[in-house]
Amino acid sequence: MTNLVEVRDLNIRFTGERTVHAVNDLSLSLREGEVLGLLGESGSGKSVTLRALMRLLPKKRTQISGRVKVLGQDVLAMDDEALSNFRGQTVSMIFQEPALALDPVYTIGRQIAETVMRHEGKSEREAVARALEMLEVVRIPSAKRRLDSYPHEMSGGMRQRAMIALALACKPKILLADEPTTALDATVQIQILLLLRELQREFGMSVIFVTHDIGVAIEICDRVAVMYAGQIVEQGSLRDIVRSPVHPYAKGLLASTIHGAKRGERLETIPGTPPSLDRAPTSCSFAPRCSLAQPRCSEQLPPAVQVAPDRIARCVLAEPAVAAT
Amino acid sequence: MSQMHSHVDMLAPVEDVGGAAQPLLQVKGLTKHFPVRGELFGARKTVRAVDNVSFSIAKGETVGIVGESGCGKSTTARLLMHLMKRDSGEIIYDGMQVGRALSLRELRRGMQMVFQDSYASLNPRLTIEESIAFGPKVHGMADAAARALARELLGKVGLRPENFANRYPHEISGGQRQRVNIARALALSPRLVILDEAVSALDKSVEAQVLNLLADLKREFGLTYLFISHDLNVVRYISDRVLVMYLGEVVELGPVDKVWDAPAHPYTRALLAAMPSSDPDKRTEVPPISGDPPNPIDPPPGCRFHTRCPFAEPLCAKATPQLTTLDSTGHQAACYMAIPGSGHSRAPAREEEAA
Repeated sequence: MTNLVEVRDLNIRFTGERTVHAVNDLSLSLREGEVLGLLGESGSGKSVTLRALMRLLPKKRTQISGRVKVLGQDVLAMDDEALSNFRGQTVSMIFQEPALALDPVYTIGRQIAETVMRHEGKSEREAVARALEMLEVVRIPSAKRRLDSYPHEMSGGMRQRAMIALALACKPKILLADEPTTALDATVQIQILLLLRELQREFGMSVIFVTHDIGVAIEICDRVAVMYAGQIVEQGSLRDIVRSPVHPYAKGLLASTIHGAKRGERLETIPGTPPSLDRAPTSCSFAPRCSLAQPRCSEQLPPAVQVAPDRIARCVLAEPAVAAT
Repeated sequence: MSQMHSHVDMLAPVEDVGGAAQPLLQVKGLTKHFPVRGELFGARKTVRAVDNVSFSIAKGETVGIVGESGCGKSTTARLLMHLMKRDSGEIIYDGMQVGRALSLRELRRGMQMVFQDSYASLNPRLTIEESIAFGPKVHGMADAAARALARELLGKVGLRPENFANRYPHEISGGQRQRVNIARALALSPRLVILDEAVSALDKSVEAQVLNLLADLKREFGLTYLFISHDLNVVRYISDRVLVMYLGEVVELGPVDKVWDAPAHPYTRALLAAMPSSDPDKRTEVPPISGDPPNPIDPPPGCRFHTRCPFAEPLCAKATPQLTTLDSTGHQAACYMAIPGSGHSRAPAREEEAA
């Protein structure tokens, strides 16, 4: 089994007026042809993790340690030249706000063609032909005419399709998606999710998909990693985690989604708020909000327990001996 | 509430005038068009943001409005609050015409609103206590009494006054700020609270906390809610009745279970089918609808949905279908397929539904 992405013991700190321990001892891997979801609430570190894979974090204020390997290359050791070859060609990213990710002063066709010329050394004519092909792939109606459109002339859903076309123009092996459907209307969101699913299969890409929405994760992910306070608290196959979450936070998160709740019944909630991340965790970050917390939860870091093959939970409750008592 | 009166003054609630049978709010033919500049020398264009919208809200009821961006749900809320002038239509609060029998000042006491952006809707230079006390003071309450009320309300929304009263909006989290906004809305003892995407910006676990809080407050203060959201799961959970809007018009209206279980308008069906699945083994396979919602500038003639509707027939493009009552539960839809004898090939026959 080949892992396209291998992240080991990743730590990310933002320094400045105050220090934020955004990601703590995070390990994950991405296999060939799979869609891995990073699921979590705001501030859980999911977007920061994603950006670290492409080194998109501000250099001066960020300290990164650990190992990030993508297709065997050490991303943290790359120089600027290597990075700029790597971005867009090996790995590319789509964002929540296409209006901010696209350049407002160039046409869509121009932006896609430029990427193709830069990475593949194609002539302008070939590159424009590729741009047209890509707009057709993402099913933008009257693609030929749209080559000459500026981003502001397109609707939100269309811009999102254009950004996907741009990201996939050089046929990257890995696509990183940072909440790409969150800003879209419901009827457009489902279209984009189905499009991404189809393109992922067609192009044989691997995808890391960041979302806060469990419904979206269910529609697109094969595996998920649930994040809390900069750590992965549980990871495994989507089906297992949705059906039988082990970690109390994953349980609470799933229970607090409104899906199917009856009117008049109280919703299950997780009391309290996530911890501030001004110190590195020395014990379970979720313990203060956990109804099942034991004394040792606030004394030491919880173990990463292999619950089943391909299933890890960072919780004392997952330990077989303890679970029995 | 009786406990509160024992030690904290509240503004006297706006009196019930019309009795229980009188809807708290009646909206008739509400319309708002925005002119926009067209091409040079071109014809002037209009955004038909809200077009001939009529509905009512009974006392103690929660009415939901759903729809996608540009459908006019937030404009409707702003028109109801009189934050912008309507072009035409009537807004009747508890049987009283606003502007005639009821002054705007009195209306704003009886109707309050909570917005989506919890930070932008609080004055950054006022402490939380000052923000909540501001409204009651404007309405004639003494400073000390208003501050005492603010602290009481902070407790009611689950924020300990000793920890929060003297903090500023930027010092607290989004969920906490939205609780402050709810407390501020309640400070004037309103009977109707408009919640415009009030939980949409919150994380799921926080959203659930705030929804539980809204249910508690509704019971305690006898409130009526107008709940606007794009999140269908939340609307179903909280609403008794629901309005579905598309490009400025109400296309379907009815008890929430009716609308969910037997949607009559193809747009409602598409909207419901577009919700992500909750079962990993039953993923959505085919998008229920293609394309983006059209631009609300100069919307299509006739039924505004006909450009995206799989069942559209020539008559749909000609004249706008009227919102028509379908049964005794008050389920209404504006679709020729639901209107008996409309001439659409899928419409029910007139005889069968003559009652």
